[in-house]
Amino acid sequence: MSLRELITHSRGLPASGDGPVFAEPWQAEAFAMAVTLHDRGLFTWEEWAATLSGKLKHPGALDDASDYYHCWLEALESLIASKNVADSHDIDQLAAAWQRAAHATPHGQPIRLENDPDRS
Amino acid sequence: MAARVRALETILTEKGLIDPQAIDAIVDTYETKVGPRNGAKVVAKAWSDPEYAEWLKRDATAAIESLSYTGRQGEHMQAVFNTPDTHNLVVCTLCSCYPWSVLGLPPVWYKSPPYRSKAVIDPRGVLVEFDLTLPETTRIRVWDSTAELRYLVVPMRPEGSEGLSEEQLAELVTRDSMIGTGLARAPGAG
Repeated sequence: MSLRELITHSRGLPASGDGPVFAEPWQAEAFAMAVTLHDRGLFTWEEWAATLSGKLKHPGALDDASDYYHCWLEALESLIASKNVADSHDIDQLAAAWQRAAHATPHGQPIRLENDPDRS
Repeated sequence: MAARVRALETILTEKGLIDPQAIDAIVDTYETKVGPRNGAKVVAKAWSDPEYAEWLKRDATAAIESLSYTGRQGEHMQAVFNTPDTHNLVVCTLCSCYPWSVLGLPPVWYKSPPYRSKAVIDPRGVLVEFDLTLPETTRIRVWDSTAELRYLVVPMRPEGSEGLSEEQLAELVTRDSMIGTGLARAPGAG
């Protein structure tokens, strides 16, 4: 998407022209986690900006910025790992557990980690 | 992605680093409470009150905080005033640093690689994409935001806005005019 198309799209959005702040709920959660962890002092905002900009610079970055929160999440994971809170292996395993729990949960009911059939 | 975020949330909650309720509160704040209306009030006040404008020019962080719009990342704010000779344009070439407390979260185009790369190299060309053509004699000054310093453009007060209240003036201040990719609306224009 060209810059002009992005601008036109942004202007076509309802209300104040700002549209929804987050395209999907997980983006809002990833955003808020970074803000909270900074508030808690896990990292400085300079560290955050440097890590995020490193992720955004990846080759093949999309012109329409639709990968922005993917980069945000990667930055969050890499800072969490560098601060020895959790590494990507821990996150992979728990994400898989959440996915299994989601599959095992009947539609309309809240998904709980306890519903993971492989849970030990 | 959703499962990954959920996994992160679980780990961070178990370690006592985040509180799910606090996460919800932050999301709510940025989805509904913080937005360009804050910045518009700052600009309208600067247009109406020369003393406030002077303060905003000298110490934007304090002048903005006085209206209870406080940055979360301890960032400093600088207000850059448009004049007939100089137009100001804000970008973050590195990532997407943006004055959240006064403008909310940035629009998609602000975060896009084309805007971030072109704004510095060819600001006049970028403004044309926004249908904003400035006189050749107007100098365009580009401000590159950082984690420590964020910018708010104070657009020129539109002609014909004499006698309007601060509230009415704030209606003329668009988000884009505070980034520098637009001008304030003329009174009576849609």
